[in-house]
Amino acid sequence: MTDTTLSAPPLLTVDGTPLKTRLRHIERLNQFKSLLLILPLIAFLVLTFLAPIAAMLVRSVDNPEVAPVLPKTVAAIQQWNKKSLPGEEAYAALASDLTAAKEDPSQLAEAAKRLNMEIPGFRSLVQKTARNLPMETEPESYKTALVELDERWGDPAYWHAIERNASTSTPFYLLSSLDMSVNDEGEIAKAEPDKAIYLEVFARTFWISAVVTVVCLFLGFPLAYLLATLPTRQSNLLMILVLLPFWTSVLVRVAAWIVLLQSGGLINGALETVGLIDEPLELVFNRTGVYISMVHILLPYMILPIYSVMKGISPSYMRAAISLGCHPIRSFWKVYFPQCIAGVAAGALLVFILCIGYYITPALLGGPKDQMVSYFVAFYTNTTINWGMATALGALLLLATVVLYAIYNRLVGANNLKLG
Amino acid sequence: MKRFDMKPLVAALICLSPLSAFAKDLTVISFGGANKDAQVKAFYEPYKKTTGNKLITSEYNGEMAKIKAMVKARNVDWDVVEVETPELIRGCEEGLFEKLDWSKIGNKKDFVPAAVSNCGVGFFVWSTALAYNSAKLKGTPTGWKDFWDVKKFPGKRGLRKGAKYTLEFALMADGVKPGDVYKVLATKAGVDRAFKKLDQLKPHIQWWEAGAQPPQFLASGDVVMSSAYNGRIANAQKDGNKSLKIVWTGNIYDVDSWAIVKGSKNKDAAHKFIAFTSKPENQKVYSQNIAYGPTNTKAIGMLDAKVASQLPTAPANLKDALAINVQFWVDNGEELEQRFNAWAAK
Amino acid sequence: MPVYATLIERIWFYAFRVLCGAVLLFLILPILVIIPLSFNEGSLLVYPLTGFSLQWYREFFLAPEWTMALKNSIIVAPGATVIAMTLGTLASIGLTRADFPFKSTLMSILISPMVVPIVIVGVSSYLFFAPLGWTNSYLTLIAVHAALGVPFVIITVSATLQGYNKNLSRAAASLGADPITTFFKVTLPLIASGVTSGGLFAFATSFDEVVVTLFLAGPEQTTLPRQMFGGIRENISPAIAAAATILIVFSVVMLLTLEYLRGKAEKLRTSVPE
Repeated sequence: MTDTTLSAPPLLTVDGTPLKTRLRHIERLNQFKSLLLILPLIAFLVLTFLAPIAAMLVRSVDNPEVAPVLPKTVAAIQQWNKKSLPGEEAYAALASDLTAAKEDPSQLAEAAKRLNMEIPGFRSLVQKTARNLPMETEPESYKTALVELDERWGDPAYWHAIERNASTSTPFYLLSSLDMSVNDEGEIAKAEPDKAIYLEVFARTFWISAVVTVVCLFLGFPLAYLLATLPTRQSNLLMILVLLPFWTSVLVRVAAWIVLLQSGGLINGALETVGLIDEPLELVFNRTGVYISMVHILLPYMILPIYSVMKGISPSYMRAAISLGCHPIRSFWKVYFPQCIAGVAAGALLVFILCIGYYITPALLGGPKDQMVSYFVAFYTNTTINWGMATALGALLLLATVVLYAIYNRLVGANNLKLG
Repeated sequence: MKRFDMKPLVAALICLSPLSAFAKDLTVISFGGANKDAQVKAFYEPYKKTTGNKLITSEYNGEMAKIKAMVKARNVDWDVVEVETPELIRGCEEGLFEKLDWSKIGNKKDFVPAAVSNCGVGFFVWSTALAYNSAKLKGTPTGWKDFWDVKKFPGKRGLRKGAKYTLEFALMADGVKPGDVYKVLATKAGVDRAFKKLDQLKPHIQWWEAGAQPPQFLASGDVVMSSAYNGRIANAQKDGNKSLKIVWTGNIYDVDSWAIVKGSKNKDAAHKFIAFTSKPENQKVYSQNIAYGPTNTKAIGMLDAKVASQLPTAPANLKDALAINVQFWVDNGEELEQRFNAWAAK
Repeated sequence: MPVYATLIERIWFYAFRVLCGAVLLFLILPILVIIPLSFNEGSLLVYPLTGFSLQWYREFFLAPEWTMALKNSIIVAPGATVIAMTLGTLASIGLTRADFPFKSTLMSILISPMVVPIVIVGVSSYLFFAPLGWTNSYLTLIAVHAALGVPFVIITVSATLQGYNKNLSRAAASLGADPITTFFKVTLPLIASGVTSGGLFAFATSFDEVVVTLFLAGPEQTTLPRQMFGGIRENISPAIAAAATILIVFSVVMLLTLEYLRGKAEKLRTSVPE
């Protein structure tokens, strides 16, 4: 480059600017125009998709309930040695905070609910104490008065729980999602066994996804091979059979599987008529039902990428290998298979990624022991209104997805995704 | 190309969306299925006919999340909701429901005591009882002990997927007298005992979530015994499933109430609607359509003996029954539901 | 199958086909078994059939909850499709027009709505829009559904644009057409098949979406899949089979349209411009 500029005078455009500058200028303008075309979509996705997800991530560490309701207590507790009970000023602050909080019962109820997550029964302790405040006569010591009202105020554990909520952000939900908690000594410890289920749920989610992916691969690979090697007319016809389920509503397929699998359903009926079984098999509302229906739903996602890669592999390589004396199975394994590994990886990763986020099929065709992480996200959102837990589990699930998606992009590239 | 910038258009579209939440007809949300069918006949249709007002009705499964989100956002489009008592009390405490103006509804003395509260008006008494399919079960179960006895009565069992009622049934099966159930459950040891008892039955349980499921499960033979809402079983019997039977021993009864969501834009109409459903003649029609007891004491006398004998409020059915301990579930509900869910998922 | 195939090769050949046939049967059978049940007389969703009746279709087309659900689906899905198609097509053109830093990162973000677990989309948009009072509204539901459909439009339109000869735009420009005329007269007709199939995918995504609807929609926005979800969970009746049959017919139509478009696109790519 430098050579040309040195040896020859710079090329100029009509208005006298150097061509290079002008070209760079045009290129920049072009980039700018292109960005302008993408901008509306980016703005739209930020509003409808990215901002909500970011807000969800923030919410998973958000802890807005206790500190604003008990401001004086939180301040008073800062000087506490965290070993014995806090001093009189903390008790007086608590009494004054709770008296003030009665102005807004819904805020108080929220704070009580949050503390109840730390220690069961804390809710009624807070409500009971608030009901008895302000005291008829100013007591000499709030400490003795409150402990007299309920002896639990004499237990440091309850003060530790308040102390853990002194800040408006908390690792509580994220730790709980990993079966951990912060104990009274301020260390991270394992959660109680009757609350520790999420590691198991995550393991189950990955296990179910792995099983579904492997089964999809074993069923999808041969079919993709057949479709890729048949004459176009026949393969197009069979392709429609693969694509029809792909285009059919998931709900329709769930209903269909119930018809087929239920205890009075077609499969059990057929097996009983043939005489293979006496008692109907349990095929649905358990793990079997979840596996069957999820494989059915995700199989096209496996077949299509493998098919599109196989379609580009010339059959002459295999013929060459065989004609050179290589055994057909060996030549398939050594010559053909390595060429379609990209499709296999794409299909398997796609199926796995879609699988770990599944909700509808396990919810409708599984039992409580077959529910995956998504179910718990929905459960905490709707049933117990524990939005901290819901968002924390959601954040971890999202993390897993993003990591897998990054691998997928590395291996396949998002823009190489093919549909249909 | 600049003319293609969609941003203002998108912004305009998004700004429009709150407009869709304009004031509108009274919206009533209740539990679905046979219960709603009876409500349509007893309350909705007559209300529309007599007042000439429109109603929007829909159903839910008792999730408080939607109500809470609406109230917090001050964008309330449910007006009247059907709630169970613990949710009613908790919601009242947390400010999710309006305090009612009883002068617009009726005389408190006309109602059974459990139906009267600050935020809600009970409009029927219902019960969760043991139901079984006599065509598929050899022998006659007599109570929750038999429900747990899979040797004597082999087959699957249906239970509601939730801690409420399930823990009580487990304790009764473990030999706790109905009167002592909540005393035992109030201790940590008592809760552990209930879960331990549930452990025994766990492999045989098929969980249900909606009230319409138990009669279906029983009729199809998926389960041989199930906890069920008594009204759903009575309706299934009426529809021809004669082999479904109820065991009243150890049933737990509660009142379902109407509550007005805080910030409702139709408070007046909501009060009128609730008053309408509290009238004895309307409650009578409701009880005739589904076997739940009226809360207006005047309606009880209007029912004929055959209908009355099927209600949870019939003296024979109340004999070994347990009233739900509302305060217990207000205090412990969320924690026990979470523990239950964790237990069920293991 | 060549005539000189050995016995083992023959066995393998047929075994392979039987296996593939079984997989195809597995894919298609569940969709077929539900159709006869929609014409069944009985009120339970079980075989054997007891008699022919159209009562479940009558219920589907007359019962207010089903007609409302159908109406809502017909409002929401096209709305979402139009937004996804417009924004997605513009962005795809922008993405193929020029190179700029972080292009592939941007691409993967634009496609991410397809892979983010749907429950996360549902819960996060619910928690985000509820405090603003934007839940229970058609527009919010349409907007989030559109976001879910965008990746499909991007993927199909970008793929079509890769086969688009840029010289055609240049020719139009050199003949004096302004960029907008060029787009509508030259580019769009040529990439129309890609845009339409992307739109079909977006439509199917919204039309089949239940989880986001579960969180965001109020009783008035209940869509067809949402109504079926409630029905399957609570009260399974042959009306569901009727709804399912109608949806299957619908998906067959969509699939055939798509195949037709694909054929057209193929022709476009291979034919020599006159």
